[in-house]
Order: sequence, then C-alpha cells, then structure tokens
Amino acid sequence: MNLDLTPEQQAFAAEARAWLQQHVPARPLPSMDTEDGFAAHRRWEATLAEGGWSVVAWPEQYGGRDAGLIEWVLFEEEYYRAGAPTRVAQNGISLLAPILFEHGTPEQQQRYLKAMTDGSLIWAQAWSEPGAGSDLAAIRSTARRDEERGGWILNGQKIWSSRAAWADRGFGLFRSDPTAERHRGLTYFLFPLDAEGITVRPIAQLDGTTGFAEIFFDDVFVPDADVLGAPGDGWRVAMSTAGNERGLSLRAPGRFLAATDRLIDLQASRSEADETDAVVDAWIRAEAYRLYTWQTVSTVQDGGSVGAEGSMNKVFWSELDVDIHETALRILGPEAELRGPQAERDGRWAEDYLFSLSGPIYAGTNEIQRNIIAERILGLPRGGDGRRA
Amino acid sequence: MRFLPTDEQVAFAEAIDDIVEAHGGSEIAQRWAADDDEAGRALWAQFAELGLTGLRVPEEAGGFGGSASDLAVVFERLGYHGVPGPYIESIAFLPALVDADTRERLVAGAIATVAVDPLAPAALDAHAAELLFQVRSCALHPAAVREPAGSLAPTRRLALLDAQGEARALEARELALAADEAALAAAAMLIGAGERLLDEAVSYAKVREQFGRPVGEFQALKHQLADVRVALTFARPLVWNAAIALGMDEGERAVSAAKIAASDAAALAARVALQVHGAIGYTSEHSLRIWLGLAHALPAVWGTRAFHRARIARSILPGRAA
Repeated sequence: MNLDLTPEQQAFAAEARAWLQQHVPARPLPSMDTEDGFAAHRRWEATLAEGGWSVVAWPEQYGGRDAGLIEWVLFEEEYYRAGAPTRVAQNGISLLAPILFEHGTPEQQQRYLKAMTDGSLIWAQAWSEPGAGSDLAAIRSTARRDEERGGWILNGQKIWSSRAAWADRGFGLFRSDPTAERHRGLTYFLFPLDAEGITVRPIAQLDGTTGFAEIFFDDVFVPDADVLGAPGDGWRVAMSTAGNERGLSLRAPGRFLAATDRLIDLQASRSEADETDAVVDAWIRAEAYRLYTWQTVSTVQDGGSVGAEGSMNKVFWSELDVDIHETALRILGPEAELRGPQAERDGRWAEDYLFSLSGPIYAGTNEIQRNIIAERILGLPRGGDGRRA
Repeated sequence: MRFLPTDEQVAFAEAIDDIVEAHGGSEIAQRWAADDDEAGRALWAQFAELGLTGLRVPEEAGGFGGSASDLAVVFERLGYHGVPGPYIESIAFLPALVDADTRERLVAGAIATVAVDPLAPAALDAHAAELLFQVRSCALHPAAVREPAGSLAPTRRLALLDAQGEARALEARELALAADEAALAAAAMLIGAGERLLDEAVSYAKVREQFGRPVGEFQALKHQLADVRVALTFARPLVWNAAIALGMDEGERAVSAAKIAASDAAALAARVALQVHGAIGYTSEHSLRIWLGLAHALPAVWGTRAFHRARIARSILPGRAA
C-alpha cells in the first residue's frame, strides 16, 4: 500500500504544471453558458490541444499522449489547481469518445475524435426527454427506417441538453423499434444541430444562463454512417457512457480540492465567520474523494473495473459540491446574495452555488444512484417502488 | 503507486477471520460482556502465536516488524469481528513506550492496558490485563485498579486506575506518535465495525418481511443503507492514507481526518443498522450490540471529533496555529 509516484510521473505532473502556469488565462473566462463565453472556451480548447494537453490519456494519433490512468489523474489535479477553465468539450471527450473508441467504426473515429479535441467540434448530449429524465428507457422519440436514402428519420423532442444552445452536434437515443421492450429497440445517433428539421430552443437555467436547451426533431434525416453501434443496440451502447458520466471521468478530485482550497482562503479572509468545522469537514471529504480515486485507479490497474461503484462517486461528489458552496455562502453572510461584478472579488460563489445544485439531479438523480448502490452493490431486492426492470 | 492492501496483508486478514471464527465468532464478545473471558483469552493467545501481538515491534526486538498499513488492515478485521480486549492499548499504543523487557512480554502475548489522560482516561479491560499503566504529565506509570466503570459498549469493561511505583519519562513526540497510532487503530476498528453493521443490516433486510415483502425492497431503507455504503467506502482510504503518513509531516492531520471520517461512518452505520433491525436489535441477547457499542464508544476515545477537527483546523487554516 503506497502513494509513491515514479520519477517519470512526477516529471509529467511538473511539465503539466509549468505549461498551465504559462497558459491559463489570468482572468477567468466568461461563463461557457453564454455566447461569448462559449466562444472563449472553444478557443481555450484549441490552446490546450496545441500544447498537447487536451486528451492526455488518448492515443497519440488522436492528439493524446498515451498517458496512463495515474498520469490522467495527475493532470486533472494540476488543471484544477491552476484554476484552468471548465472544459466546454467535456461532453464529447468524456461521454461520447469512450463509446466511439469502443463501438465506433474506424471511419467515425477518424471523422469525430480528432475534431473534438481542439474545440472545432463541440458536442451536446441529448439523453433526456420531457417524459424520460433519469428513466432513460422511457424514451419516446422515434427513428424510422428510410431504406431509399440509406438512413433514418428522427422525430420527437429532447430536453435538458447541456451545451446544446451553441454546440455543433448532438448524440442521443431514439426508439427505432416501437414494438420492442423498453430497453430494446433503441438506437444511438449522432446528428448535426443545424440539420434540416431540427429546432434548438435554449432554456434559461436557475442561474439565468442558457446552459441547456430543448431540441425538436421534425423528420430529421440521419445517414447510416451516423448510427453508433448496431441499430436496436443503443441502450447497451449508451449505458457505458452513463457509467462514465457518473464515475471516474467526469469529476476528477482536483475540482473539489481546488474548491476546498478556495473555501479555506475565504474562511481565512472572514475571521468573524464561525464555520471552521464545516470547512474542516469539506477538507476531509475532498481528501477522501482524492484518496478513493487513487484506490480506484489501483483497482483498475490490477485489472478490475469501475461499474456500479461509479454511483457511489456520483452521490459523494455531488453532495460534497453542494456542501462546499453552502458553507461558502454562510461565510459570506449577507454578501452571499450578491451577484455580478460586486461579487467577483469573492470568486463567483453565488454562481457556482447555483450550478452545484444541479449535481444531485443530472447524470441520473442521486435517488437513482442510491437504488443502484442498494441493488447492485449491496444486493438488496429490486422492486416495490413502481419501477419496472 | 498502489493504494490497495498487498497480497500478504489480504492473507493476514483472512487468517484473522479464520481464527476468530474457529474460536466462536461473535460469541467471544458476547461471553466477554458477560464476564466470561475464557474464549477471549484463548483467542489472544492464538493471535500471539500468529505474531499479531508483536505486529509493530521491530524484528530485531523479536516482533513481527509490521508497518502501520499492516496495523490498519489488521484492526479493521478486529473491528469487523468485534473482538474484545485491549488490543489498541497492547499492540498499537504501548509497545513504543515501554521498556525492552515489557515489550518482550507484550510480543509474547501479555495483555496490557493503559489509561491516558485526557485521550482515554479510563483503562479498557483492566480486569483481564496483567500489565496496567497510566500516562500523565508525559510519563508512563505502573498502575492499579481504583474502581471499575461501565461503558456504552457492553464488550468494553472500563476501570479508573491509580498510578503507583516508578514512572518512566516519555518524550512528547514519542507519546504523541503512540497516541496517533492508537487513534489510527481505533479508526480502522471503526471501519470494521461499520462494515459488520452494514453486513448485518443488509442480511436482515433481505429476509425480514413486512407487508408481505422483504423490508430491503423499500426505498426508504435502501437509501439509508446506500448512504452507509458510501460513507464507509470514502472513509477507508483516509485510514490507509493515515497509515502511510503516520509519523511524517502531515501525519497528524491525516490521522485526525481518518478518525473523524471513520467515527462518522460507523455512527451512521450503527443508527441505520439498528433502524433496519427494529426492536430485535434493541435487545441484549442480539449480537448487534457488540458493533453498536464499538461505534458508540470508540469515537469518544483516542481523540474526540472536536479534538481532531481542531488539529486539522490548525494545519489547514492560516493563522490558526496554536
């Protein structure tokens, strides 16, 4: 049992730190959920790619460094410690790419992987529907076969699509066989958001920005070349991304370590605030998350896999994130309510607080995660809650 | 970097499981609580043969030469089985503080206990110990029982001691390190007790029926049990990290983080396990009380949550240094 890094790993972290120190924008970028902010974040993706830091764990042919899991976590820690911008390319890199690597055709890999690493192609996820949030198997949007043109016709509506307001393309599930069982007869499609028949309607979030959108499909044609995996096999294909989103890849520990560092600074600057215990507890939990990540990395290196354990990660980080921000607001006192430039000097705690509130909801609500933990990890019996398997 | 128990540690943990089961499992603790020490003493002797009583004594001094990581792995198993006896005192706290002759006796299996002011002011299981000590004013005193006392935990029988005889002066640093080692062992035991409480609760939830279905089908219980799983899962790596950091620059705060997280996780496990069991869990004859007791009592000794939070605050908050 040890946490020692090899000299090569230490050198890798040092190289990342040096590059980030030189390139991270001195002033925080505007929110990526605004038009200007989105464009600025897109440019940052290009800068990252130029430096070779966009996708460190990917193969070199797609712009990566072939880095191992340990190096990936080290890079993430450096990234957040440096206060670097949130990744607008995250949907593509973290959610879609693992599926493309596993299920995509060589042609799809060629066409899409490189382009998502430098910000030239930004992806939106299109999972949820008005009647299907965490219960993805309830999807009703349809895909109808068009033999003549060699593709499919999409109809229906997607909602809560993160980044969709300004992204280039989307990915999501559609019901291609209406007679099949809930989890079957779904197909995974990739589509341009400016295709004929698509209407994107931005939705203002709790924080006022348009971080997500509704997408309406009115006889949208998608060629066979943009079906990911086998038709009808979309559920199985998509589930590997859902695991990813909940698990290791979406929330590296660096994010919470950095937020905790900022919280400690905030507490230090407001000595009248009596929140020491809450700050200490946040620090302990961020440490726990960091160390559990190293434990998971070790398990994966031993040949193990991260399955339902990703649900524990998701519950833990999302609630930690809310708690960190609630503590910050208590320390800020009456100033916690302020938004905009006046609040800038305290580091956007109010904005980030609103964002943290989405954590226990998205990527499968924490109630769903707790069911998964209870049933798949603890082995408790299913059923009894009106849920069909 | 490999942040997981080694094969040797896993094997040692399994050996402990086998030995405890062979000696009666949870019956050992139930009998200990009823003043019948025979099985508990037999287990101790068996552990001495395995080398456990000399776990942290260097090989050149006749011990097992184990690391603090070994200690964390071992004490999680002791907590899981609710093994009774002053193991923290004899194996984690005292070996570094006693003279060479006494250390030899500890390695050979002598049961020892100690009262440490203010971290653990009542000595555990003094009735069963042949070596009694009291620590005060940075000195280790031989001691004798003044009066017995009860504990929140039925398997922990306490006593207040009186110092007598010649004291051995201790360095502040070696005393602090021994106390941290005891806190680490307690944290590991709490993880083990919490895991056992969760196992007991999950097993019961699968078989206990109400309204015609196993209670484990009800989401209200599922979610409580899932929260216990999450709390224990994220507390354990803090304990492992504390074992690695023990005695190093950031060792103190690492131990404190481990003790707090393990205490909170075990306390949650205790509350949920009792709730899942219902009234049957609230009875003396049910073995659940063994781990409930540990989860209630161990957070209070070897540094309370307040003690450990204050230590972390001094370390991470600028200007808080004492």
